[in-house]
Amino acid sequence: MSLLIVKDIHKAYGGIEVLKGVSFSLEQGETKVVIGPSGTGKSTLLRCINRLSPPDSGHVWLDGVEVTDPKANINALRAEMGFVFQSFNLFSHLTALRNVRIGPIKVKGMNKDAATKLAMEELERVGLSDRADAYPAQLSGGQKQRVSIARALAMSPKLILFDEPTSALDPELIGEVLTVMINLAKEGMTMLVVTHEMGFARSVADEIIFMENGVIVEQGTPGEMFSNPKNKRTGEFLHKINELYGETD
Amino acid sequence: MAFDWAWLPLLAHGLILTLEITVTCIAFGIAVGIVLALMRVYGGKWLSIPASIYIQIFRGTPLLVQLLMVYYGLPSWGISLSAFTSGVLALGLNTAAYQAEYFRGAIQAVKSGQLLAARSMGMNMVQAARYIVLPQAFRIVIPSWSNELILMLKYSSIVFSITLLDLMGVGKRIASHNFRYFEVYIVVALFYLALVFIITQLLRLLEKRVHIPGLGETAES
Amino acid sequence: MFLQREVLITGIAVIAQSMPMLLRGVRINIELLFALLVLGLLVGTLVALLQVYGGRFFGTLASGYAWIFRSIPAIVLLFLFYFGPSEFGVDIPPFFAAVLALGLRSSAYQSQIFRGALQAIPHGQMMAARSMGMTRIRAIFLIIIPQALRISIAGWSNEFSSVVKDTTLAYVVGLNEVLRRVRIITDRHYDLAMLAYLTVALIFLLLTYTGNWGLGRLEKRLRIPGLQMMRGGTREA
Ligand SMILES: Nc1ncnc2c1ncn2[C@@H]1O[C@H](COP(=O)(O)OP(=O)(O)OP(=O)(O)O)[C@@H](O)[C@H]1O
Ligand SMILES: [Mg+2]
Repeated sequence: MSLLIVKDIHKAYGGIEVLKGVSFSLEQGETKVVIGPSGTGKSTLLRCINRLSPPDSGHVWLDGVEVTDPKANINALRAEMGFVFQSFNLFSHLTALRNVRIGPIKVKGMNKDAATKLAMEELERVGLSDRADAYPAQLSGGQKQRVSIARALAMSPKLILFDEPTSALDPELIGEVLTVMINLAKEGMTMLVVTHEMGFARSVADEIIFMENGVIVEQGTPGEMFSNPKNKRTGEFLHKINELYGETD
Repeated sequence: MAFDWAWLPLLAHGLILTLEITVTCIAFGIAVGIVLALMRVYGGKWLSIPASIYIQIFRGTPLLVQLLMVYYGLPSWGISLSAFTSGVLALGLNTAAYQAEYFRGAIQAVKSGQLLAARSMGMNMVQAARYIVLPQAFRIVIPSWSNELILMLKYSSIVFSITLLDLMGVGKRIASHNFRYFEVYIVVALFYLALVFIITQLLRLLEKRVHIPGLGETAES
Repeated sequence: MFLQREVLITGIAVIAQSMPMLLRGVRINIELLFALLVLGLLVGTLVALLQVYGGRFFGTLASGYAWIFRSIPAIVLLFLFYFGPSEFGVDIPPFFAAVLALGLRSSAYQSQIFRGALQAIPHGQMMAARSMGMTRIRAIFLIIIPQALRISIAGWSNEFSSVVKDTTLAYVVGLNEVLRRVRIITDRHYDLAMLAYLTVALIFLLLTYTGNWGLGRLEKRLRIPGLQMMRGGTREA
C-alpha cells in the first residue's frame, strides 16, 4: 500500500474553493514534485496533508493511518511528517543545534544526550555541524534552510513535505539546499516537493504533478511531462517557467 | 552649610524600604501581568474581556488615587491593610496592567511562522506556547520591563503619603525637623539619581547577557 | 456592611452633593495639566533642538538636563520646587510650584519624543533644503521642524495620557485639586472614603478616555501620508 494517500481533498477559504478535489498517492521512497501557477493551492494542499489547515472534505492516509480522522492523534502523525517552509521558520531563540533537537526531546520524549547526538548527526548530514551554536539570525538563508531540513530529519519522519524550499533564497544559495535534497532523494527519503526548480524536478522527481486552479491537470514522469505533455496548459506552463527561471538544459 | 550627615543612616533605611517596595511590586506585577497577558492572548472571549477591562481601568486612573483608595478607602469597606501591604498592592496592581500590555505585545510580536513550525513538528498548543512562543516573548519584553522597573522605582516615592518611611518619607521627616528643605530634598534627589543610574546599568548588563541575535533590541535611552 | 442599601444610597447622595466641589478640583487638575504641558512643550522643544543641533557642548548639557529631570521622581521635584525656595524666604504658591516641577519633568520626556522625531527625518530633507540655497537655520525651521512636529503627535498623545494622571501628584504639596477635596469629604464622612475615591477614579477614566479620543482625532486630521511614527512602546520614556 502507498505510504501517503490523498483522496478527493476540498478546501475553501471564505467561500472560495482553493482545492477542488485533489487525489494522488506517494510510494515509499518516492519523490514527487508539485508545480503550478501561483495561487493554485499548492501550499494549501501541503497544509491539508498535515492538517495545519484542516481540509473541508476528503481523506489523507499516512502509512495506513487516517490523518483526517477527527479521532486521530494529529500531533503524533505530524511528528511523522516533516515540513520544510519557504521562510524556514527556524525557532529564533534557539541555536541551530537546539532547533534540531527540540522536536526529539519535547515531542518524542528522547533523552537530552541522545537527542544532542542525533542533532549533531543531522547537522553533519546537511553540512552544518560547524555552525551548531549559531543562532538563526547569524546564518545565511541557505544555511537556515539546511538547518530546517536537519530539524525535519531529526524526527525520523516517514516523509517530508517541502513548500518552495528555495524560493526565498538568493540564487547563489539555492544550489547548497538542492544538493542536500538530491542526496536525501538518493538515500530513499520519501518527499513531496512544491518547487519551481525544474532542474531538480527533471533529475530527481519520480513523477511531476501539475496543478492549476485547485485541481491536478496532469501528472507523469519528468520525461513524459517535459517532452510531450498531454495537456496544452501543462506545456504552456513549463514553457513560461523555463523563461522565468532560465532553465535551459 | 549644609547637610547634616548624621541623617545618613536614616536615609539608608529609607533607601532599603524603597528598594523592597520596588522589587516586591515589580515581582507581583510580573506574575499578575503574565496571567493577564495570557488571558488576553489565549483566553478566548470569557477570559480576555475581564483581563482587558482590568487593564483599561488600572491604566486609565491615577496611581495615587489607587494607592489612597487601597489605604484609606478599603477600610471604610471593612478591609484594613498595613501601609506596606497597601503600597505594594497598589503599585503592584498598577504595574501589572502595564506589564500585561507589554507582554501581550511581545507575544504577538513572535512571528506566526514560529507557531506553525512548532505545530508542524507535532507539538500541541501548550508545548508550542511553552517552548517556542513564550521564551521568545520573554526576550522581546525585557527592555519594556526594565523600563517599567525604573519607573516604579520613581513612583514608589508616593508611598510616603501613606505614612511609609521610604527614601522620600525619611527625607520629608528630616526636612520637617531641621527646616532645611532645599538641602534635604537635593540629597534625596541625588539618592534617586544614583539609584536610577546604577539600576539602569545593571539592567543593561542583564539585557546583554540574555540577548539573542535577531530577537528584540536592547533598550534605548 | 458597606453593601447595605441605605448606607450606599446616603453615601451616593453625599457624593452627589459634593460633586460641584469635586469638579472644581478637577478643573484645577486640568488647568495644571495645560500649564505644565505648554511649559513642557516649550522647554522640551528647545532641549531637543539643542540635543540634535546644539553641537557637543550644548548637546551634552541638554542631554544631562533631560536625564536628570527624567530620573528624579515627580514627588521629589514637587517638594523641591515647593518647599525648597521657602528655605530662602521665598514662598511659591503650590500651583506655580507644581507647574514648574511637573512641567520641567514633562519637558524632559517631551524632548525625547521630539528628538526622536527630528532624527527620524531623512538626511536628504536637509540636503535638499540646503541645495536650494536655504541656510541651515532656515532649513531647520522651515523644513525639518514642521515635519518633526507632525511625527511627534503620537508620542505626545502618550505623554498626555500619563501626565493627566500625574496632575494628582500635586496633592502632596497641598494644591487644592481633586484629591484634596476628597479629603474634605472623608474628614467628615469616614465611611465614604472608598466611594469618594471610586468617584475620582471614574472621573479620571472619563478624562483619559475623552482626552485620548480627541488626540486620536487630531492625529488623524494632521496626518500626512507617509509621515507618521508608531506610538511609543512603553509608558513615559
Ligand atoms: N489562510 C488563508 N486564508 C484565506 N485565503 C487563503 C489562505 N491561504 C491561502 N489562501 C488563498 O488560497 C489560494 C491558494 O493559496 P496557496 O498559498 O495554496 O497557493 P500556492 O499555489 O501555494 O501559490 P504560491 O505559488 O504563490 O505559493 C490563494 O488565492 C490564497 O490567497
Ligand atoms: Mg505557496
